[in-house]
Amino acid sequence: MPNVMELQEVEVWDGNMAASHALRQAQIDVVAAYPITPSTPIVQNYGSFVSNGYIDGEFVLVESEHAAMSGCVGAAAAGGRVATATSSQGFALMIEVLYQASGMRLPIVLNLVNRALASPLNIHGDHSDMYLGRDAGWINLNTCNPQEAYDFNLMAFRIAEDMAVRIPTIVNQDGFLCSHTAQNVRPLSDEVAYNFIGDYQSKNPLLDFDKPATYGAQAEEDWHFEHKAQLHNTLMHSDIAIQKVFDEFFDLTARRYNIVETYDTKDAEVVIFALGTTVESARVAAKNVRELGIKAGVVTIRVFRPFPYVKLGEILKDFKAVAIMDKSLPAGAMGALFNEVAASLYQVQDSKHPVLSNYIYGLGERDLTQVDLVKIYQELDANAKAAKLTHPTQQFIGLRGPKLSFC
Amino acid sequence: MVNEVKNLKQFSKSAEKFEGAHLLCPGCAHGMIIREVLNVVDGPLVLGNSTGCVEVSTAVYPYTSWDVPWIHIGFENGSTAVAGVEAMYRALAKKGKYNGQRPKFVAFGGDGSTYDIGFQWISGCFERGHDMTYICLDNEVYANTGGQRSSSTPIGASTSTTPAGKVSYGKKERKKDILFVMAAHGSPYVAQVAPNKWKDMNKKIKQAIETEGPTFINAMSACTTEWKFDSNQTVEVSDLAVDSLVFPLFEIINGVEVRITYRPKNIIPVRDYLGAQGRFKHLFKPENEYILEQFQKNVNDRWEYLQRREEAKV
Repeated sequence: MPNVMELQEVEVWDGNMAASHALRQAQIDVVAAYPITPSTPIVQNYGSFVSNGYIDGEFVLVESEHAAMSGCVGAAAAGGRVATATSSQGFALMIEVLYQASGMRLPIVLNLVNRALASPLNIHGDHSDMYLGRDAGWINLNTCNPQEAYDFNLMAFRIAEDMAVRIPTIVNQDGFLCSHTAQNVRPLSDEVAYNFIGDYQSKNPLLDFDKPATYGAQAEEDWHFEHKAQLHNTLMHSDIAIQKVFDEFFDLTARRYNIVETYDTKDAEVVIFALGTTVESARVAAKNVRELGIKAGVVTIRVFRPFPYVKLGEILKDFKAVAIMDKSLPAGAMGALFNEVAASLYQVQDSKHPVLSNYIYGLGERDLTQVDLVKIYQELDANAKAAKLTHPTQQFIGLRGPKLSFC
Repeated sequence: MVNEVKNLKQFSKSAEKFEGAHLLCPGCAHGMIIREVLNVVDGPLVLGNSTGCVEVSTAVYPYTSWDVPWIHIGFENGSTAVAGVEAMYRALAKKGKYNGQRPKFVAFGGDGSTYDIGFQWISGCFERGHDMTYICLDNEVYANTGGQRSSSTPIGASTSTTPAGKVSYGKKERKKDILFVMAAHGSPYVAQVAPNKWKDMNKKIKQAIETEGPTFINAMSACTTEWKFDSNQTVEVSDLAVDSLVFPLFEIINGVEVRITYRPKNIIPVRDYLGAQGRFKHLFKPENEYILEQFQKNVNDRWEYLQRREEAKV
């Protein structure tokens, strides 16, 4: 058995350290990893836990991110608990294998510390990588701060390893703004954390020699569609298992998470919809603009895949104006999040949709300030009063040079 | 744990772990080599496979030809998939969650997966020292995609991306020397085998699988479709390859010690081997005669080099 680590009731951890401790407490059998900024410390911290006897499993230091996920797939098929971490270009290199992992229904947990994609090369945080992997058939969870990076990592194993789910799971956290920002984190003890996650019993492992399994078969037009449809169906219904884990985690820790989360929306007319650390900034701005008489709120989702179309549509339908904040470049389209939120409103029957606008911000971690957020709320307020857009649908925030706006 | 197959009768009877119902071409040497590997291992065995002829011919859902645990991920990462399985075995054994006999771990790839697209992954696995055997089914061409050149394709071969034409004699470059590249990783055992010399192949595969650490086998696998010979000629063409020394049989121990394991009694001219295959047909035109000479010289030089390495024991 590995050494138990005595933790304080409150630890000062950044998002990476929080994730590392969650992986340690999950007592993963195999971690195959390759470092990349800003997720590097997850791998380094894990290495230090291994070197000091806090981990019993195998730590495989591979030669690339593609190999990291390849090793994870082999290890998961062999039949144990598996995790890794990456960002940006590394995630891009992994993508091929992400599809194979979900196609084989292997419950791997991946920490994705969100970062911009080159070119130009940029090591800082935005959500471009998350959107790059969105159709890979993984569950995608979103966190706002180190406490949540810790909590969601513990919960991710429960979700991925649920026998009704068996879908690999990504825990997203914002590069630097979460991964390198130290905050108070209330960890569980090693024992309580492990008991929450529980032992993992895999289905059809390669190391069961009495029942040889074939993994990664070819399936042409006769069967390919059925395989993909089954994965999609399970993914779309995994929200039930996800909420159940959120609920059990609440019972254990009194920390409440929901698939769709709202801030001050009871009487709100205008809301900002965002992911990651921006949610916390938007909450501050909402509080401040209420003093200006703007009935402001914030909405976020904890689960980007499966996208909670129905739940989100129900919550958003009664607002007058909604700003959808995309921290990535849509490259030839409206923001990815904008499109999905708009689609969710079409799930709601006979509703008067709010006025939607799309803000592209924070690319390569360009600052999004309170001044920016207040301005967005003011624009939303104008839209709400006019009951129509008073500016272009898509606007860029914080971009130097001539103002760019589209649609 | 590891069997020695003593005669062909035994060989023909003991292949139930790889079903005859597969989609490989008639006369394909891949099937012969795979059967040999599966015959050699008696205990638990996990196989990995890169994308390629074998993968698409043996695991078409809902069927499988494999009666052993088998995994395929992609074209480049068959080695790392097996490394992942091996790491999981170590983790579970350490934790007391796997109590059975220690399994053997084997990865198959074609020359595309091995020499080219998957090379980085194999190199990584060997550097990290996983206990596994990597077996390249070397048919010197991307056969699964319709016969494009690989870095294993010999000089002068006409392939679908280096076709012989009015101004070209086919592939311009020599075959990559994969065995010495793999030996340079410090692997405890690397060897080159050919299925026609099946006893030599059996012995080497046995040694590779029994040796702890990452070991490598390069298996010449004559391809009726792309080498262009009749499907009943596989063994004959393979005989020509080893007897002309185009494909010499040798092994390298601990990355340094070279041992030649087969010395033809009568070394035959390279042109006899080349002449038996359609892919080299154009080399027999007068204007390409110099390539035949170049090919023979390359083979002679290489044989000389191997013998000197063997003598020097380095």
